[in-house]
Amino acid sequence: MEPVVIDIENITKVYVMGEETVHALRGVSLQIRRNEYLAIMGPSGSGKSTLMNMLGCLDTPSSGRYFFNGKDVSAMDDDELAAIRNHEIGFVFQTFNLLPRSTSLRNVELPLIYAGIDSEVREEKAAQTLRDVGLGDRLQHKPNELSGGQRQRVAIARALVNDPSIILADEPTGNLDSKTGEEIMQLLENLYQNGNTIILVTHESDIARHARRTVFLRDGLIESDASNEQQPEIERLAVT
Amino acid sequence: MKRLIYELNESWKIAFAQMQSNKTRSMLTALGVIIGIVAVTLMGTAITGIQTGFDKSMSILGDDVLYVSQYPWARVNDWWNYRDRREIKTEYAEPLNRMIAATPNSNLVLAVPTSNIVKNVKRGDNQVTGIFIQGTTAEYPLISVVDFNEGRFFNELEVKGAANVCLLGYDVADALFPGESPVGKEVQISGQQFRVLGVGARQGSFLGLFSLDSIVIVPLPTFKKFFSAKAESDVRVKVRDKTRLEEAKGELTGLMRRVRALPPEKKDDFNVNEQQAFKSTLDPVKNSIAIAGLFITGLSLFVGAIGIMNITFVSVKERTKEIGTRKALGARRRTILLQFLIESTALCIVGGLIGLTFAYTICFGIAKAFPSFPVEFSFALVLVGMVVSVFTGLISGFAPAWSASRLDPVTALRYE
Repeated sequence: MEPVVIDIENITKVYVMGEETVHALRGVSLQIRRNEYLAIMGPSGSGKSTLMNMLGCLDTPSSGRYFFNGKDVSAMDDDELAAIRNHEIGFVFQTFNLLPRSTSLRNVELPLIYAGIDSEVREEKAAQTLRDVGLGDRLQHKPNELSGGQRQRVAIARALVNDPSIILADEPTGNLDSKTGEEIMQLLENLYQNGNTIILVTHESDIARHARRTVFLRDGLIESDASNEQQPEIERLAVT
Repeated sequence: MKRLIYELNESWKIAFAQMQSNKTRSMLTALGVIIGIVAVTLMGTAITGIQTGFDKSMSILGDDVLYVSQYPWARVNDWWNYRDRREIKTEYAEPLNRMIAATPNSNLVLAVPTSNIVKNVKRGDNQVTGIFIQGTTAEYPLISVVDFNEGRFFNELEVKGAANVCLLGYDVADALFPGESPVGKEVQISGQQFRVLGVGARQGSFLGLFSLDSIVIVPLPTFKKFFSAKAESDVRVKVRDKTRLEEAKGELTGLMRRVRALPPEKKDDFNVNEQQAFKSTLDPVKNSIAIAGLFITGLSLFVGAIGIMNITFVSVKERTKEIGTRKALGARRRTILLQFLIESTALCIVGGLIGLTFAYTICFGIAKAFPSFPVEFSFALVLVGMVVSVFTGLISGFAPAWSASRLDPVTALRYE
């Protein structure tokens, strides 16, 4: 059995918006092991985004515990969380979130800069990672000189470059046409095959089907959590 | 530590890239700083220029020389009380020197009389008007700085014999003998022929009021022979130790009272002056000009700083999503804080450099156009200018940078 990377216990998140209190998560427990390929699904308002922010250490829970590789993340301060995000988590966003005026290479180098890696090592590693995602000939291109699929590849390279424990992809194909989306999903599949842990947040069952396990959220609670073989009818869940 | 250096390096790159991609906006914002720096440095130049001119003028008076004269140098409100004083006679020098010699450990060294009158000086058909004619003894160079372009001062023999010899100030020589050496040639003062012994080096003007180069020095007996009517005299006394000027002043006052045979109940009917008297009159004026000037020009820099602050706030707002992304990738609060601080500082440094270049050009132009105007552009001023720019950047950038560093990553990422 692979070791547990993420272990959350009974996490809740309460937002206070004016006079209203919103219970975005009402007690979620989840374990994710190394080299899992997990999809988190759910309609809007289900707490999917909140859970993703939690898993990505962008936010801290109101109650409950979160252990990342055995470390208690729920008690960490901003800078400690920044270090965890830098070393352990690779983010892939729906809107790519590349720095518009920087080349692919500089974009991919960014997490290494924050990690304090020497510039030569940094450049070499960033270039290698870009080659790995098939962009060896686009190192000096800026985002506006790249297609959507290429941009998302740069973003994936950026997520990979620091050898993180998990890759957290939030609707990675949401801004891409279906063919390009399929290519990106193939890339993620390859990464998974190479031993990476991937968490996919999506509302599209077509996309979630690529994962090996699907967690379905509704109203801040986990409605179902099963491997995709045992749960062939994801569509049924998505529809209801 | 290493990480900090990479972050700083990265921040500078971002800052300059940011400026390049927003050229117009950056230039307009920097313009505020440019104007501020130009104003402040020009004011600084003017102030140091005034100070230098002042000090130079003061050093001509000599900081170790006391002047015995009828009027005090400091401004007084009751000048009529001094008007009827007995005049100062050049003959006082002799008894003063005798008494100084007789006093063991005297703080005074030597008394030299001078007598002054304003006359016209002619050479053939050429005439210069309003020239200070000064009569003095051969010991004059011992108490005063006398630099010669050429020739020499008159000697004891020429003084004793009341010879018709003279020394010309730079301007006088220049006006009467353009392009030739006056030494050995003759000039006319009040119908008398004087042979020129030497020409003084250029000294400039005293506080910009009158030129120290419009002067002719003649031996005192000669002076008395021809110009004694309406001449004003003083006695200049050199002090041994200028750190003990007050004691020397006291001693000289005592000696002068004896020379003047003043009974104890009478007040002094003369003044012992020194350059300090000028200083104490002029320093407050000079200082208030400096403070007022720097305050007013400082305001323009302050307005520039507000511009920088504003644009940095705009920049933070525009790039909220980028800040979120950077935080997601592992940027710490410090990283974001530094990034925006450096952006505002870089703007101010660019503004400061351009401003200093402008200020330098303006100073250079002024110095070329008006050589007498005291402007001085120093390395220290460049340093101060740059330090002020950096501080302006840091201070004006701090509030926006702080707000950026405190942004919640989730909110920032969601910002459109």
